[in-house]
Amino acid sequence: MKTEIIGLLLQIGLTIMLSYPLGYYISKVYKGEKTFLDFLSPIENMFYRICRIDPKEKMNWKIFLITLLTVNFVWFFWGIILLVAQGVLPLNPDGNPSQSISQAFNTSISFMVNCNLQHYSGESGLTYFTQLFVIMLFQFITAATGMSAFAAMLKGMSAKTTHNLGNFWVYLIKSVTRILLPLSLIVGFLIIIGGVPMSFEGKQTLTTLEGQEQTISQGPVAAVVAIKQLGTNGGGFYGANSAHPLENPSYFTNMIEGIAIMLLPMAFIWTLGFYIKKHRFALGIFLVMLLPYLSSVSIAVGQEMRGNPKIEEMGISQHSGSMEGKEIRIGAGATALWAMSTTVTSNGSVNGMHDSLTPLSGMLAILNMQVNCWFGGVGVGFMNYYIFIIIAVFLSGLMVGRTPEFLGKKIEAKEMKIAIIITLLHPFLILCGTAIASYLAVSDPQLASAWLANPSFHGLSEMFYEFTSSSANNGSGFEGLGDNTNFWNISTGIVLIISRYLPIIGQIAIVGLLASKKYIPESAGTLKTDTSTFALMTFVVIIIIAALAFFPALTLGPIAEYLNL
Amino acid sequence: MKNLIISIKITILFCITLLLAYVLVLWLFAGLSTPNFGKVNTIKANNKIVGVENIGQNFSSEKYFWSRPSAVNYNGSGSGGSNKGVTNPNYLRDVSSRIDSFLIHHPYLKKSEVPSEMVTASGSGLDPHITIESAYLQVIRVAKARKVKPDEIKNIIDSVIETPIIGISVINVLKLNIAMDSKLNK
Repeated sequence: MKTEIIGLLLQIGLTIMLSYPLGYYISKVYKGEKTFLDFLSPIENMFYRICRIDPKEKMNWKIFLITLLTVNFVWFFWGIILLVAQGVLPLNPDGNPSQSISQAFNTSISFMVNCNLQHYSGESGLTYFTQLFVIMLFQFITAATGMSAFAAMLKGMSAKTTHNLGNFWVYLIKSVTRILLPLSLIVGFLIIIGGVPMSFEGKQTLTTLEGQEQTISQGPVAAVVAIKQLGTNGGGFYGANSAHPLENPSYFTNMIEGIAIMLLPMAFIWTLGFYIKKHRFALGIFLVMLLPYLSSVSIAVGQEMRGNPKIEEMGISQHSGSMEGKEIRIGAGATALWAMSTTVTSNGSVNGMHDSLTPLSGMLAILNMQVNCWFGGVGVGFMNYYIFIIIAVFLSGLMVGRTPEFLGKKIEAKEMKIAIIITLLHPFLILCGTAIASYLAVSDPQLASAWLANPSFHGLSEMFYEFTSSSANNGSGFEGLGDNTNFWNISTGIVLIISRYLPIIGQIAIVGLLASKKYIPESAGTLKTDTSTFALMTFVVIIIIAALAFFPALTLGPIAEYLNL
Repeated sequence: MKNLIISIKITILFCITLLLAYVLVLWLFAGLSTPNFGKVNTIKANNKIVGVENIGQNFSSEKYFWSRPSAVNYNGSGSGGSNKGVTNPNYLRDVSSRIDSFLIHHPYLKKSEVPSEMVTASGSGLDPHITIESAYLQVIRVAKARKVKPDEIKNIIDSVIETPIIGISVINVLKLNIAMDSKLNK
């Protein structure tokens, strides 16, 4: 019991400590300053030469977005074509079949938008070729897409008056070569030592001690696992994700992978402070994000280690905690910590089955994704938070009767409209999606029994979770949901696209619009944004928006289930 | 149009770069640093492969220690949990009947001693471990089936406990059962 808690504290402490220097390093990469990895520049120059990219080309926000969207459009078809053709492509020692069109549509979108919702099981739904050149490739480049957008935002925020947000291609390439690749190699080495397989052999067939046949899937697991954690991707090599004993063989690998989940999302907040030279501002944001994260962790850890009250009633011993859907080597505490880490960031990998979490932990997981900016996905986490800052600036401005200004730029009607649309989009997609699905489930009992693994409140939570996870680009699930059907593949696919690109477009647009405005020097009348009052104000804005939008639905699902324990 | 061509070229270049600088590097590292060239670690007994180190197996014989219940029946080419919610009445009925059957096979136990992990399914369905307590509770049954003293079995358990520097002490059920087979000569 005690060692479990010590392990959790150690993990969180280490992550925060490592994130600070990493944040400093990332700020240097995006500013184009000298770093110790400059020996990699020949690789980047090769990219520029072959693709005929002019790294000095400046992009305004519109060109930046068009470029970003074009490359994503290409990736969408890249994914679909390879997934539909995987059965005949090489590196398929197990002879797995190609995906159906609707499934390939969902898989390709889901990885293209950095969500990694998986409506298939990795053991039989993919080949080693698509594991590497769709899944792993996308886990690098789509994480890099979010990071590039973040880099553009930094550039726009730090300049006095500019139209230039930097070059998308340069950000994209450097995010991979200077940040994701080196970190993934380090994590990869560590988990290989920890026992994660990395080979191209097919299934291992054997006869067990009691004489049964057993087949065991293997493959280039470590290559996928390292980047899936670092890039807040979360799409696992195996169906059971990081609960699988080959994907996460020990407490040690669990800790490494757990640190990898939180590392970049935390580091980016420090990057912000170093880049725009406002350390107090960044510290305030970091704390606003850290406190709800730690509170949700402590509640969830407490709930899971306490056990399931319904099983307690049966009168057996629950000294390990609530163990349905959890692994012995990881334990209830570390599973709860992971469940919170993976939902505050938009990671979505799991090391235990979220469907079997106790109701309050399940609710916190859903709520974390609904807020979607307690650290959030790589790059995009802060971008979501940025929208709340804009709203907080506007509201505070109204309250004290001053023109709302942020970093020396006036916030006007146009920016506010965009900010509000983006803020309302998330609840709109989640609640409408869940409402349609519930309506279909209620009007057709057969459908309901095919979809839902659990009755009553928990069944609603399953559908609610799926749309929340899609809209937050998270990718974890209450996996009892029978989601490999046309309805779920297509509806969540559409939600994924809208919820990824509309916010990025809006956020970059606001930054671009603000950046091109005239700079107003700070005066005594300026609202200070690096104070604890303003940090608190932002926190309150987030809570009010999330609470007002989602609490009614949460009450019908996990809260009702909790009250019925 | 220019962007489209760059997009296609850059995607192919990323594939090549990641293959050479990442996948192959990890693969070589695994080949050099692990005894098994990055493949799963198989376990042999009597010169026959009987399992994989980290993958649990189903044990139902009285002379073996049992693993946890599995939602996929320890099928290593699939994986997954039951995904049952903690308040699902059908699920609670399953747990209740697992408790009963555990007590039938271990009549010397009180109900309050039955550990929850032995009646709940793991997340992967392939959990290779049980806790030390859960192993001790099965000692009398195994000793009876093998007609040996419980202390001998306890010593074997103590010899296979895995205690990491930080984390939870665990028993690998497959290794424990193989150790018993070899030390007790069946």
